[in-house]
Amino acid sequence: MTAVDTTATADDVRSAPPSPPSPRRLGGGRTERWVLLLSALSSFALVWVAYENLTPASGIVGFVLCWVVAFLATVWLAERELHGSTAATDQTMGLLIVLVGAAVVGTLATILGTVIVQGLKAMHLSFFSTTMAKTGPLSKATDGGAFHSIIGTFEQVGIATTISVPLSLATAVFLSEGRGRLVRPVRTVIDAMSGVPSIVAGLFIYAAWVLRFGFSGLAAGFALSILMLPTVTRTSEEVLRLVPSGLKEAGYALGSPRWRTTLFVVLPTARSGLVTAILLGVARAVGDTAALIATAAGFDSLNLNPFHGQQDSLPLFVYKQIRIGLVDSQTQRAWTGALVLLGIVLILFVLARIASSGQTVRLPRRRRSRTTQGAPE
Amino acid sequence: MTLADATVTLSTDAAEGHTLSASGVHAWFGSHLVLEDINLVAEANTVTALIGPSGCGKSTFIRILNRTHELVPGAQMAGEVILNDEDIYGPSSRPTVVRRHIGMVFQKPNPFPAMTIAQNVLAGPKLNKIKVTDPDELVEVSLTRAGLWREVKDRLDKPGGSLSGGQQQRLCIARSLAVHPDVLLMDEPCSALDPTSTRRIEETIGELRDLITIVIVTHNMQQAERVADHVAFFLAEENEPGRIVEQGSTAKIFEDADDPRTSDYVHGVFG
Amino acid sequence: MTAAPTSVEPRLLLSAPTRGDRIFRGILSGSASLTMVILALIGLYLLSGALPELRADGLSFFTSFRWTELGPFGIGAVLYWTVTIALISLTIALPVSISLALAITQYASARVAAVLTILIDLLAALPSLIFGIWGLIFLQPRLVPVSEWLSQHLGFIPIFNVHGTNFKSSAFIAGVVSSLMIMPIITSIAREVFSRSPQGEVEAAYALGATRWSVIKTVVLPFGRGGIVGGAMLGLGRALGETIVVVLIVSPTFLISPRILESGANSVAALIALRIGEAHGIAVNALMAAGLTLFLVTLLVNMIASAIVSRSRSGAGVEL
Ligand SMILES: Nc1ncnc2c1ncn2[C@@H]1O[C@H](COP(=O)(O)OP(=O)(O)OP(=O)(O)O)[C@@H](O)[C@H]1O
Ligand SMILES: [Mg+2]
Repeated sequence: MTAVDTTATADDVRSAPPSPPSPRRLGGGRTERWVLLLSALSSFALVWVAYENLTPASGIVGFVLCWVVAFLATVWLAERELHGSTAATDQTMGLLIVLVGAAVVGTLATILGTVIVQGLKAMHLSFFSTTMAKTGPLSKATDGGAFHSIIGTFEQVGIATTISVPLSLATAVFLSEGRGRLVRPVRTVIDAMSGVPSIVAGLFIYAAWVLRFGFSGLAAGFALSILMLPTVTRTSEEVLRLVPSGLKEAGYALGSPRWRTTLFVVLPTARSGLVTAILLGVARAVGDTAALIATAAGFDSLNLNPFHGQQDSLPLFVYKQIRIGLVDSQTQRAWTGALVLLGIVLILFVLARIASSGQTVRLPRRRRSRTTQGAPE
Repeated sequence: MTLADATVTLSTDAAEGHTLSASGVHAWFGSHLVLEDINLVAEANTVTALIGPSGCGKSTFIRILNRTHELVPGAQMAGEVILNDEDIYGPSSRPTVVRRHIGMVFQKPNPFPAMTIAQNVLAGPKLNKIKVTDPDELVEVSLTRAGLWREVKDRLDKPGGSLSGGQQQRLCIARSLAVHPDVLLMDEPCSALDPTSTRRIEETIGELRDLITIVIVTHNMQQAERVADHVAFFLAEENEPGRIVEQGSTAKIFEDADDPRTSDYVHGVFG
Repeated sequence: MTAAPTSVEPRLLLSAPTRGDRIFRGILSGSASLTMVILALIGLYLLSGALPELRADGLSFFTSFRWTELGPFGIGAVLYWTVTIALISLTIALPVSISLALAITQYASARVAAVLTILIDLLAALPSLIFGIWGLIFLQPRLVPVSEWLSQHLGFIPIFNVHGTNFKSSAFIAGVVSSLMIMPIITSIAREVFSRSPQGEVEAAYALGATRWSVIKTVVLPFGRGGIVGGAMLGLGRALGETIVVVLIVSPTFLISPRILESGANSVAALIALRIGEAHGIAVNALMAAGLTLFLVTLLVNMIASAIVSRSRSGAGVEL
C-alpha cells in the first residue's frame, strides 16, 4: 500500500486492537425445538393408538413408516399455524430429507451390523484352513471351511486383474490423450460395458470358452475381467486427465519421446489415483457371483489349478450355502462367508480411499458441493 | 408488519420511509475476521454508496444487510442490523421475511432463464406464495419503476434471457421491486454493463429514491458522486479486517475528506 | 473475420514420430479397439448361441409364458417380471436418491456431506450377494407385515391385491432390496448435477425471500432434470440386470400377474443363473437367447441414459 498507512494512522490501528465480540448464533427460520418434540410425541401417541390397535402386530417397519408420516404431517400443521404454509412446506421437506438420509445411513449400518453379528457366530479359525469336501448337511456350522473358495477367489481375481489392468490403463491413456477418431466410440463402448450385467458377461464366457474347454477358474477370470475393465478404465482416465499438461510439456521439452514421457512422467504422477482405480475394480470383481455361476461353477474341495476343472470362490461358497439353506448350519456358514467377503471388500474400499487421498492430483468427483460458493463476484 | 410475520402482504404505500442501521457489525469466514465494527445508517429515502478497494468487505457487508451472508458455509457475523426498530438478526426474525423486506440486486444480471419477462417480475410473489390481485398491474408498475416498461411492454412473454445485459439488470431490479421491499441493496449493479445501460440504471436509482432506501456498492467514483447522498469508504489494511475509514455526505467525502486515505482513494491515487 | 484469401495457406505441421512412439500409439489404440471388439464379441457369441432357439420358437420366444426341459421356451412372463422388479426398485430408489443428493448438496455441512458421500460410495461397493443374504434373512420377515398391511388396506388396487397368504418371495421384496443397490448410482449423478446449479439464480431466489425448499423447487430441480432422468435410466439398467438378489429372494414363476406383493416373480438374469448349470442342448440356446435379450435391453437403456444426461443443460460433461 502507500506510505499513508504508516504515517497518520498506523498507531490507532495497532495500539488498540478491539477484541471482536464472539459471533452471533444465527437462528430463525428453523422449526422450534418444542414444536418438533411435541409433534414427535403426539404423532407417536396417535400412531400407537391407531396403528397398533386397528391392525395389531403389523411389525416395526410399518409402525415407523406410519409414525414418520404422522410426525411430518403434525409438524407441517403446526408450522403453518405459526409461520404460514411456505415456511411449513420448507421445514417439512427439510425434515423429510434429513430423515431419508438418516434412514439410508441406518440401513447401511444394519446391513453391516447384521453381517458382522451373524457372521461371527460360526466364525472359527479352521474356516480359513478347511474345505467342504467332508462336510454334509448334518455337520455342525463350524465344520468345514472356505479355504478352497478363498484360494479360488484369489486365483480368479488375480487372473482378471492381470488381464484387465494393462488393457484398462492403455485404454485410459488412449482416452486421456483425447485425440483420434477412435476416442468417442471407445468412450461410448466403455460406458456401455459398465452397464453389462455380470450374468451376461458370464454367459458370454460360457458360450465362447466353457462350451469348448469346460468350467475353470480361468473362465471365471475372463468373465471378471470384463466387469473390471470399464471400472478401472474410467476411473483411471479421470485421474490421468488431471495430470497437468505442463508436466507432459516439460517431458517433451527435454526431448524425451511421447512413450517415455507417458510411462515415466504421466503414470507415476497419477500413481495413487491409478491404484484407487485398480482397487475399486478389484473390489467389484471380488464380490461378484453372477459371472461365476456359468464359468467357475463352484466346487466343494480344493482345486488349485485354475486352468482346469470347476473351482469354488468365496461368493459361490456363500451362494451355495444360502441357496440350499436347508439347515441352520448352512445358513450360518453362508453368513460367515459373507462376513469374510465383506471384510475383503471393506479393506479394499479403505485402501482405495487412502490411496486417493494421497494422490497429488485430486479427483473431480470428490469435489465438495456447496449451497453457495462464496460471494457472487 | 414485523420480520417474524407469517402473513404476507404487499404494501403499496411508499409514503413512509425505512431506515436501515447497522451497528457493531463484524463478519467472519470460518475463523477469518473480514469486517470489524462497522457502523452505518442508511437513512430513509436516501442512497448510500459503499466504496473501497477490492477485497475490503463491501460485498460481505451488504450481504449481511439482508441475511444472505449466512448462506455461505462457515460464514458468521456479530452486531446488529436494525430495520423499522427491529433487529433483523433477532431471535424471532426469519431470514426469508428479512430478505423480502430488503431486496438485493447482484453484480451479474441473473434473471431466471426458464421464465418469461413477466414471470420473472412475478417470481418473488410466487416464491413466497403471495396472492397478487392484479398481476398485470404489478408487472407494469414494477417494470415502470425499474425504467424498463417501455422497452419490453410488447414482449412480456419472451424469456428473460432474451434481453440485453442492461435490460436484464433492470429486469432484476423490477423483480426485486415487485415484492415491495423497504430497502434495495445493489452490489456493483453496473460493473458488467456498458456506459449507456449504466446511465439508464443510475436514472432508475434516482427515480427510486423517493420510494425506497438504497444501498449501493460501486467501484465507479463518478457514479458514487452522481447517485449517492451518503458515502462510506471501506478499507482493509494488509492482514487486517475491513473497516469504515470515513463516511459522510457525498460532498464532504469527495471534496473535503478528513482522512487522507479517503481523498487519495476517491481521487484515484490508489485502489 | 474470415480467413485471408487463398494466397496464404497454413503450413501443415508434421513431425515424424519416433519408432518407439509409433509402437506406443499402436499399443494404445490396439487396446482401445480391443474393448470394442470384446463388446462386439459378446453380442456375436450370444447371437450365434441364440439363433437355433430363435429359429425353433420364433417370436413366440418373447411372447409365450412357458419353460420346459427341452422346449418350447418363452420368456414373456420373465421379461414382464424383470421389468416389474426393476420398476419397483426405481420407484423406491428415485425419490430416496434425489433427497440424498439434495441432502448432500443443499442441506449438509461440508463435513457431513463428505461423510455421506463416502457412505454412499461404500453402499455402491458392497457385493449384491451381501444385499441378497441380508434381504432374504433379515429384511424379508420385517417387510412381510408391510405387504400384509398394504394388501389389507389397499387391496382394492390390483397391484396390492394378494391371492392366498404367501407374502414371501415377492417381486415387491426383491424390488426393495435391489432399490438399495441402484440408489448409489442415481444419487451420484443427481449430486453431480445439483452441485452445478447456477449460483446466480440460487442467490436471486434467496434474495427474493425464497425458502430453501422453494429454491430447490424453482432452480435446483428444474436445472437438474436431465441428470435425474438420465440417472434414473441408468439405475433402471442396473436393476434390469440384477441377478443374485432376485435368485435368492423370489420364487420363480412363468405366469404373469399384476400382484406384486404375492409370492412368485422372475427375471431374465435369475432364469439364466438358475438354469445354466444343468442346461443341455436346445435349453442352452434358449438361455443364450434370453441373455442376448437382456444384453440388448440393458445396452439400449444405458445408451439412452448417456444421451439424456449429456444433452441436458446440467449434465454436459458429467461422467456417468
Ligand atoms: N466465500 C468466502 N469464503 C472465504 N472468504 C471470503 C469469501 N468471500 C469473501 N471472502 C473474503 O472476505 C474478504 C472480503 O470480501 P468481499 O467479497 O466482501 O470484498 P469486496 O469488498 O466486495 O471486494 P470486491 O470489490 O472485489 O467485490 C476478502 O478478503 C475475501 O477474500
Ligand atoms: Mg464485491
